[in-house]
Amino acid sequence: MEVSASGRHLARSAEPYLYTAPVLILIVTVMLVPLAVGLSYAFRDIQLLDPFSGGFVGFDHFRELALDPSFRAALLNTLIWTGASVALQFIFGLILALLLNREFPGRRLVQALVFLPWAVPTFLVGLDWAWLFNPVVGPLPRWLLALKLTHDSNNLLADPSTALIGPIIAAVWWGIPFFAITSLAALQSIPKDLYEAASIDGAGVFRQFRSITLPLLAPTIAITILLRTVWIANFADLIVVMTNGGPADSTQTVASYIFTVAFRRLDFGYASSIAAVLLGLLFVYALAILSLRRALLQRQ
Amino acid sequence: MISLRRSCYWASHYLLIALYVVFALFPLFWLVKVALTPNDLLYSEGIKLWPSRTSLEHFNFVLTHSEFPLFFRNSVIVSCATALIVSLISAACGYGLSRFNFRGKGVLMALMLITQMFPLVMLVAPMFRLLAPLGLTNSLTGLVIVYSAFNAPFATFLMQSFFEAIPKELEEAAMIDGATRFGAFRRIILPLTLPGIAATGGFVFTAAWSELLFALMLNSSSRASTFPVGLLSFVSKFSVDFGQMMAAGVLALIPACLFFLLIQRYLVRGLTAGAVKG
Repeated sequence: MEVSASGRHLARSAEPYLYTAPVLILIVTVMLVPLAVGLSYAFRDIQLLDPFSGGFVGFDHFRELALDPSFRAALLNTLIWTGASVALQFIFGLILALLLNREFPGRRLVQALVFLPWAVPTFLVGLDWAWLFNPVVGPLPRWLLALKLTHDSNNLLADPSTALIGPIIAAVWWGIPFFAITSLAALQSIPKDLYEAASIDGAGVFRQFRSITLPLLAPTIAITILLRTVWIANFADLIVVMTNGGPADSTQTVASYIFTVAFRRLDFGYASSIAAVLLGLLFVYALAILSLRRALLQRQ
Repeated sequence: MISLRRSCYWASHYLLIALYVVFALFPLFWLVKVALTPNDLLYSEGIKLWPSRTSLEHFNFVLTHSEFPLFFRNSVIVSCATALIVSLISAACGYGLSRFNFRGKGVLMALMLITQMFPLVMLVAPMFRLLAPLGLTNSLTGLVIVYSAFNAPFATFLMQSFFEAIPKELEEAAMIDGATRFGAFRRIILPLTLPGIAATGGFVFTAAWSELLFALMLNSSSRASTFPVGLLSFVSKFSVDFGQMMAAGVLALIPACLFFLLIQRYLVRGLTAGAVKG
């Protein structure tokens, strides 16, 4: 009797672990162990095609990295890529959300259409935009020339000085729905009577936007932007598909450079050292965000 | 005066909306257009908005004379298996997190958050080295395992939010009536959250369908290539045949759009749960 009671007790207390174990085991073995192993590669010489590699090299990779011009360019490109993509996605996404926040005939259809880009697989987004920029089958080179934005109808992606613009435009096209959807959700959580009260008091549309919408939207939007910034900084698919980091490493971001070094050069040790640096930068970014948040909370 | 200002406002409102719709649809329209343009017109009428004659020759070729049906099949297997596995295990995990307080819960949540914070591209090299000796490279099983792990944390957070919206009293009542907890979960909670589970499955399917970098690194043989890898290698091999490539692209678009329609209602929840992931 007592044995079965304690057995039942054991079964009871084991229950939550039974529900959560599969996910736990999966993420530990498939994500966290490789993460730790990958960090150890940063200090080893690991070349996939060289059977004699594998020894420890200490900080050699990091010394090499400090002198690597492609890596330095990748750091700068990461800033441009992330800053431009996030800013444009956010601005156009917010405007779209404000437009959709008003009831009008056909709104549901419009909403489904403008959110559609988000459903397009990212490799296809990259290919599609690469084709649009292609002078043979794409209209964009001619249009840009007609608008006098370019001097010739060559492929923008083939010119090192303009190539990064391509993936950024593709990223903006794909990412506007994300910001529109999250902003729309935040907008719809603002009580409608606030606006009614404001318009009775004679506040115009812009005044209402500045005094009600913006302050109430700011907290959720800020968190979304900060998280999204990390995601976009690490997002390499579009660059790998559209330019492969080229021409001449001119569009390489840190994330795409990791992939290029691992996949094309098969130098896993060096790729892992870049990854370690990226992880460090993200850690600094997270700390900066947390202290910023604390400062803002104290001011309130 | 006021009505004039009002109609001005609505005119600009509709104009802006129309611009957004055109911007969103134009790249997709162009994809379909080139896929339907016959080869002999591709270069002479390449820039025209619509060719003077359309044909399905590219679709025909892609479906009968290329490896794309195989890539398509591989992608369907990988995405469906991943969606199924992730829905099951993340429903269980999300339920456990929403209904129990237990030792280690904080650690589990922290581990899941960590997996969302670091760039997955970091894992490309170690993953290859760890999976190769196990025979899980060039294998669809390997991809399913990897994608399941990548998507499980975000899906768990999503499922947790669905379960937390259901009052505990419902299953407590069933348990008082003699049902086991698992019985109550299966007969009462599961039917209520089925739409949510389906939406989670849709998100995971879309993510697995789109994944490129790991598929590229882990599965190099065309026998085990997924659609993105097949399309990309096609691009680098025969970079001249735009019509066929875009026809293949249109085919890749179809399942993604179907699932988009399925999960559209859950977009907001999914995007906020997976804000870090996308």
